[in-house]
Amino acid sequence: MDAPRKQSGLVRWIDHRLPIFSFMEHELHEYPTPRNLSYWWNFGSLAGFMLVVMIATGIFLAMQYTPHVDFAFDSVERIMRDVNWGWLMRYIHMNGASFFFIVTYIHIFRGLYYGSYKAPRELLWMLGVVILLLMMATAFMGYVLPWGQMSFWGATVITNLFSAIPLVGNDIVTWLWGGFAVGNPTLNRFYSLHYLLPFLIVGVVVLHLVALHQHGSNNPLGIDRKGPQDSIPFHPYYTIKDMFGIGVFLIVYAAFVFFMPNALGDPANYIPANPLQTPPEIVPEWYFLPFYAILRSVPDINLLVITIPSKLAGVIAMFGSIGLLFVLPWLDTSPVRSARFRPVFKWFFWLLVLAAVVLGICGAHRPEGIYVVLGRIATLYYYFHFLILLPLLGKFERTRPLPTSITAAVLKPSVATGKVEHA
Amino acid sequence: MRALAFAAGLGLALLAGPAVAPAQEAEPALPKQPWPFEGVFGTFDRASAQRGFQVFNEVCSNCHSLRLVAYGDLGPEGPGGGLGFTLDQVKAIAAAKQVADTNDQGEPTTRPALPADHFVPPFANDKAARAASNGALPPDLSVIVKARASGPDYVFDLLTGYKPPPANVTVAEGMNYNEYFPGHQIAMPQPLNENSVTYADGTPATLDQEAYDVVNFLAWAAEPTLDDRHRTGIKVILFLLVMTGILYAGKRRIWADVH
Repeated sequence: MDAPRKQSGLVRWIDHRLPIFSFMEHELHEYPTPRNLSYWWNFGSLAGFMLVVMIATGIFLAMQYTPHVDFAFDSVERIMRDVNWGWLMRYIHMNGASFFFIVTYIHIFRGLYYGSYKAPRELLWMLGVVILLLMMATAFMGYVLPWGQMSFWGATVITNLFSAIPLVGNDIVTWLWGGFAVGNPTLNRFYSLHYLLPFLIVGVVVLHLVALHQHGSNNPLGIDRKGPQDSIPFHPYYTIKDMFGIGVFLIVYAAFVFFMPNALGDPANYIPANPLQTPPEIVPEWYFLPFYAILRSVPDINLLVITIPSKLAGVIAMFGSIGLLFVLPWLDTSPVRSARFRPVFKWFFWLLVLAAVVLGICGAHRPEGIYVVLGRIATLYYYFHFLILLPLLGKFERTRPLPTSITAAVLKPSVATGKVEHA
Repeated sequence: MRALAFAAGLGLALLAGPAVAPAQEAEPALPKQPWPFEGVFGTFDRASAQRGFQVFNEVCSNCHSLRLVAYGDLGPEGPGGGLGFTLDQVKAIAAAKQVADTNDQGEPTTRPALPADHFVPPFANDKAARAASNGALPPDLSVIVKARASGPDYVFDLLTGYKPPPANVTVAEGMNYNEYFPGHQIAMPQPLNENSVTYADGTPATLDQEAYDVVNFLAWAAEPTLDDRHRTGIKVILFLLVMTGILYAGKRRIWADVH
């Protein structure tokens, strides 16, 4: 590890004892990065940016929020009305959850398209799935905190999922609630965990980055870097590109925060929680809708001797849909990473995207008529894609020839011969 | 309770969906109005919202609370600069209400409200509200505009949507037919009629005018900082456009030797 090139005596003194400057130089400045990353590679840094935004605004909101069933709703409204810039903090945080999921989902699908989960990045990918799970838990508990109708009934429905566990399910639910219904102890522990989990996410993100920097970013071609001509230093090339990406992202994000802050939320959450009145429809936040649809898509399953009730089967299918992602690196048997060179996989990738969108739409509607059928088809496809298609495709697909190097593919052949040294 | 809650939640969705469907069917689309507070440059029409306060104060507040709003919020010290009333007007509005308190001996008493007091609710508690309202609970109106889909239009259409019931509909005892209320049978009798109030500024008090004004007031009550939000948003977006343009120019320049 080289010490920074330009440095004062103090920096040298510190660096000799605590090599943070060398570390930053190495990991943020010289860190060799493929020269051909597309804008799809911006979404990782955007997700990291959103994590910081959520923690920063969340800490300020926590200074004014009261986690008690009698005061939670009013304390949020007090933030909106009487706390200076409280409305801004709350709307940034509330819409931030949606935007955090938007960028994370795009980040995940980018990984799926370009095979970023394949060797040697399996652990990098699995750590990402852990982050997704932690995000989902954090978002779910955060949605409970304003103690509106959807907060309360969403918490009731989701915690009740655990009652599907045979024999001990009901006891587990009582234990989760800290009582015999969703109540003040539930709200208190959700608040505690909602504050804790983001810091666990930070920890896993650090591991995610360590794993990333071990082998560097994948790239749109999905081939390894063959030499220094295939890489450029992270700074300034990708620092400026990520900052530009954050600028574009912020424009969209700010449009929601300032001009349609409640568009992504459910109006029913502005009704204070009422345990005696079930809302006509209990719908999770939009980013959970595909999983909600899977949950509701599974009928009773008759095995030879026992029947798995629909509720348990749905819970298994829902958690299984994320569990599959953990083993994805071993389900996909193709040695080729990027979908650019996998003509058949490419089509099925878009079919998977379509299935996810269809599931999202089904999750937003009552499970009646066409939505039951579509939800079941999409759920089946999701499982088919990962469990059957990907293992077989690796064996039977005729992939297109891979370029010999990133530089060779990026520069057009005629130009490549003349201008390589310039690049 | 647990079984009940689950049946109500997931079970409702999975199994009992069709059983609750009739309440949802055939809701007419909400007619839309242009509201002055909508859109990027939208601001509250304070003259209308002040008339709306009069409607609320003289009609709605006989049954509905507005517990998240303080009298002082109406004045210049209120969030988002208030509703345009002067401090003296606010003091007079508050002083006309009696608020429960305790005296120096610790005995329950009442006193005239101050600007710091929240709007005095019409009933001591929910049971009293139900007893006086044919068993129905008049909801608090503080955030009602945000608590319904297309809230401003919904409230306007509800207030102007009382009709004689169609021939094939039997309205239950004590209920009223309303075109836009889910299920069409609402416990609240038609609250506003022509000339329910006499506007101080001489505006003719038609039903549509009263409904329009009270929606403007309730929209303000639901989010008094909306004007600030829009004003700040315009500046933020302009700043971001410039910043992003500069970053893009920088990106182009830095990457010039790579492409």
